[in-house]
Amino acid sequence: MATLPYYPGCTLNTVAKSFDVSARQSLRLLGIELTELAQWNCCGASFPLTPNNVIGLTGPTNVLVQSQKAGGTVSTLCSFCYNTLKRTNLVLKTEADRRAVLHDFLGVAYDGSVQVLHLLEVIRDLIGFAELKRRATRDLKKLKVAAYYGCTLLRPKSVAIEGTDSPRIFEDFLEAIGCTAVEFPNRGECCGSHLAMSNEDIVVRLSGAVLASAHAFGAELITTTCPLCFFNLERSQKHRGTVRGPVGLPGTRCIPKSNGCPAGDRGCPPSGATLPILYFTQLLGLALGVPETELGLHDNLIDPRPVLRAKRILREQLVASS
Amino acid sequence: MKLASLGCWLPALSYALQDCMKISLDAIGHDTAFLEQIERESGEDLSRCYQCGNCSGSCPVSFAMDVPVSQVIRFVQLGQEQAVLQANSMWLCVSCLQCQARCPKCLDPSKVMEALRRFSLRRGRLPVTLPQVPGEFIERSPQQAVVAGFRKLTA
Repeated sequence: MATLPYYPGCTLNTVAKSFDVSARQSLRLLGIELTELAQWNCCGASFPLTPNNVIGLTGPTNVLVQSQKAGGTVSTLCSFCYNTLKRTNLVLKTEADRRAVLHDFLGVAYDGSVQVLHLLEVIRDLIGFAELKRRATRDLKKLKVAAYYGCTLLRPKSVAIEGTDSPRIFEDFLEAIGCTAVEFPNRGECCGSHLAMSNEDIVVRLSGAVLASAHAFGAELITTTCPLCFFNLERSQKHRGTVRGPVGLPGTRCIPKSNGCPAGDRGCPPSGATLPILYFTQLLGLALGVPETELGLHDNLIDPRPVLRAKRILREQLVASS
Repeated sequence: MKLASLGCWLPALSYALQDCMKISLDAIGHDTAFLEQIERESGEDLSRCYQCGNCSGSCPVSFAMDVPVSQVIRFVQLGQEQAVLQANSMWLCVSCLQCQARCPKCLDPSKVMEALRRFSLRRGRLPVTLPQVPGEFIERSPQQAVVAGFRKLTA
């Protein structure tokens, strides 16, 4: 069993435990043991944007220093952590002034060279999608899944998981595990992020546009790698119980019907319809045959099991005979 | 038209044209100190911005901003401190970086927004609405929401 240093970040040990558990179980079946860093702290989530901000870099630098002690490579699941760690590395590599202050303050000498890998990259590069396809034992029946990248996996380009306008890694992953990858226009558009705390209405609108866009392009499920996107996409569906469509809402992102939206008669989701959201490792675990109870599916606000049972991906619940 | 009657209204026409053609800058006061401070804080050279509007068009929260992104940059270029600080724009930016991705001059408006937030907070000007965050939200939400939220509104 190969080992890989792993940085869970705050959320994966708490609110997004299902993300962590499904990842560990799945990677074990693929021959990789995720070994949590001995010491770690919050990455800070929001990367400090102004060039004179040093304190915001102390958190992620610490994580990277710990990663260097663990061997020089670190894997992560959360898009925010991935983004923050990579951007911190970039600053440490290219900005001598801030690097000097950080070294002095933290009492370390770290040069920004730790390799930060997202688990999708680990699967693509260390295991290979072809190998993954071979190992998938549970038939996912070409389930139509929309891969939602969100912002932090793709921007800025210097730290993107794939620095192109048309990334394919998430869709290639889905195809490898036996799903039909649904590419949709809003896959890289913001869900509303931390405005969930202060401006919930904006999140409902932005996440609503993502949901409607995915639905319009035929998705039965959405998958993501960010606990905040997950939360926003789920919560905005339960907000007044409807999926908010973008038609008629100015400033949203979906292709209007007049511009040739391919949804056609299907249109935007009707009031009351919901789209289950899954972490990509929950889907991975499903494909590899991880028992249903070990994937945290029951933790989801919008239960994905009815869709999975209807497609006979999961067995129907046995009803006790009287 | 007879030449005589032409002569009657020609002077009026020329006065009217002069009024139309008059270009005046009101006393808006070019506060270069404000511009310089924001440029220094953000690390962005705002003279590069030629107001193409790509940023405002890409910004997912543009619809909710009092002043759209490109206009914020314009106000800063012209030293309009009050117009910018009174707007809610900087507090709604989530640094999704669509603006930075699309800017043809490789500017990063999200850095300008952060600089404006820090400028504002240092002068004791708190955000338009300080969130009253319910305990249930803190318990249920992923930590990023609260950590990032407070960093933007209090950092």
